[in-house]
Amino acid sequence: MQFTYRRSLTLAAGLAALLTVAGCHKKPAPPPPPPPTPAAAPAPTAAITATPDTINAGGSVVLTWHTSDATDVSIEGLGQVAANGTQTVNPANSTSYHLVARGDGGSADATANVTVNSAPVQNNIAESNIDEAAFEQSVKPVFYDYDSYDIRADAQTTIQADANFLNQHPDLKVVVGGYCDERGSTEYNLALGENRANAAKQALVSAGVSPDRLRTVSYGKEKQFCTDHSESCWQLNRRGQFTLDR
Amino acid sequence: MNKSENPQLHSFLKLFSLFIFLFSAGFAAPSLHAQDWVRTGTNLGVQRIRLAAADFKPGTMDAQTTPLKTVFDQTFYTDLKNAGIFDMVSRSMAPPVMPGSPQEINLTQWSAAPSSAEMVAFGAIGVSGGRVNVQGYLFDTKNAQTPQVLGKQYSDNATEEAARQIAHRFADEIITRLGGVPGIAETKIYFVSNRSGNKQIWAMDYDGENEHQLTHVSGIALSPRVSPDNSRVAFSELGKYGWSIRMYSIELGRLVAFSSWTGTTITPAWTSDGSKLAFSSSHSGDPEIYTCDASGGSQHRVTAFRGPDSSPVWNPKTNSQIAWVSGRTSLPQIYIMDADGANITRMTDGGYATSPSWSPNGQFLAFAWNRHYGPGAPGGQDIYIMDIASKRWVQLTHEEGMNDFPSWSPDGRHIVFQREQNGHSELWSMLADGTQQQQLTHGGSNSMPNWSWK
Repeated sequence: MQFTYRRSLTLAAGLAALLTVAGCHKKPAPPPPPPPTPAAAPAPTAAITATPDTINAGGSVVLTWHTSDATDVSIEGLGQVAANGTQTVNPANSTSYHLVARGDGGSADATANVTVNSAPVQNNIAESNIDEAAFEQSVKPVFYDYDSYDIRADAQTTIQADANFLNQHPDLKVVVGGYCDERGSTEYNLALGENRANAAKQALVSAGVSPDRLRTVSYGKEKQFCTDHSESCWQLNRRGQFTLDR
Repeated sequence: MNKSENPQLHSFLKLFSLFIFLFSAGFAAPSLHAQDWVRTGTNLGVQRIRLAAADFKPGTMDAQTTPLKTVFDQTFYTDLKNAGIFDMVSRSMAPPVMPGSPQEINLTQWSAAPSSAEMVAFGAIGVSGGRVNVQGYLFDTKNAQTPQVLGKQYSDNATEEAARQIAHRFADEIITRLGGVPGIAETKIYFVSNRSGNKQIWAMDYDGENEHQLTHVSGIALSPRVSPDNSRVAFSELGKYGWSIRMYSIELGRLVAFSSWTGTTITPAWTSDGSKLAFSSSHSGDPEIYTCDASGGSQHRVTAFRGPDSSPVWNPKTNSQIAWVSGRTSLPQIYIMDADGANITRMTDGGYATSPSWSPNGQFLAFAWNRHYGPGAPGGQDIYIMDIASKRWVQLTHEEGMNDFPSWSPDGRHIVFQREQNGHSELWSMLADGTQQQQLTHGGSNSMPNWSWK
């Protein structure tokens, strides 16, 4: 097929040469009219920036955009916007802000990417928002056997989860409180509560939490979570409780 | 060493001689260890002196005389009864007379039945010019020639408090003269009460009168221990950074400097010369027993064993031994060691034993013990005393609430303790054989009594 094509090209070139030689004295034909084009319709332009382009969850970003030669400007997710403008947004997740400008001269688009860190790292803006209740939702207490300060097997998963949360929030400082049930003697229970608090602290340290962030306080049987006189209640009171150290 | 005796306390030992005998008899066979109800019967074999305390004669017509005389008579009689060494002539048996002076007493009237008194205390009380004046006498009814044993005069501002204190002083004179060791009617008891809202340190007279709050700290105050000279009270307080030992000056009426670790630094205990304290601290990470000087400095660690250690108390006779509570073998037990940590001896053989108090003569420990302790197990928490040399013990309280924190009186004849019943705690005192139990406080929750050294 290529061969055929070449042959026709050669033929065409020969014909053209003959025509040129033969028509030397003829009046040249007029040029064809230019195609009709719209008057003054340049293509639109678009630009968008996000400041800052990386935030922690709950943070805010300022979007700034500029367009020209556009009749219809929109940002995906925000809808139609003015041709030029700024807007503050609070994305929950990493987002691409896609600006589209359409005009008579065509369309243009631009994109600004914002990265949102769901787990804030090395920034305590979010940590200051963690209140006592939220903290205790995440960092659960451990419970002890009667007259014992050993971390039980069933407390190991709690300790691991607690340590994970604390390792994700390295600026939080924690009071480890040791508590005892109502039985037994006040003074001895203060010493036992100290052993309980210290055992919980050491378990967190073993799970990677810095000891500098943890301090122990024994409450003995001075503060009770449950005031019934039953084993279920006593069990609730034999605990290592974690609270924010502020 | 434990058996060293002080001649001054000879009569104390005499008091206990019978029940030590009963110890020996009771525990000759090990199986008798389960015997709870040993009735020791202190003084059952020792004849108590039969003593009459006459109502004092009104010395003046002043309107204040009668109310102060009422307070005086009541306090004086109760002090002598509380002493535990007299067979008191009850008021209904006493002659209906009020001899105000040696000239007015008819001794045969008192020595005859039904009063049958061997000794009679009498005198006069009167108010004049805003002062209360008391003349008090103690006569031996069997000695017709020179019956006077004591003659005393007292004068103070005319207040009920002064009348009560004069009664205490005169009663102590009599108890000292007839009993051989100083009486305790002028002693104080320091304790914890929540009556003001949170737990604070309070003080009262030995008989429960004159209760007043000492500390006004923001945290929880526990474990008061008065210094041997009655000038300061060491206690522990829970603050933001845990428990530390604080020092309250009774003389200045405020907290004074004392350097203490935080963490869990608790349960101070004075030596009998006031130069040192022992305490428990988690300073090393694990609760251990330490000693320090009277201002909190020069700390020395005494114990080194994993587990709870608390509630030290010195042997007040020698200041060379410490008894304390340790959970090193699981449930807390009473141990004794030298003050440098050597020669550790376990004293209790099981159960749940806490709160030791060392008797003034160095021979006995009082402590709280639940011999059947365990989840769901029956049995009570009661006050016991143990003869240190033989480790023989006797139970002083039975089937009455949860008893804890015994503290010896300076005469070694009495013990104050806390008893928790129906959900709240009150202070009680008793003789060191468990008799004459009486409630001292009423209302609020009162705990951790500490009897002053004099």
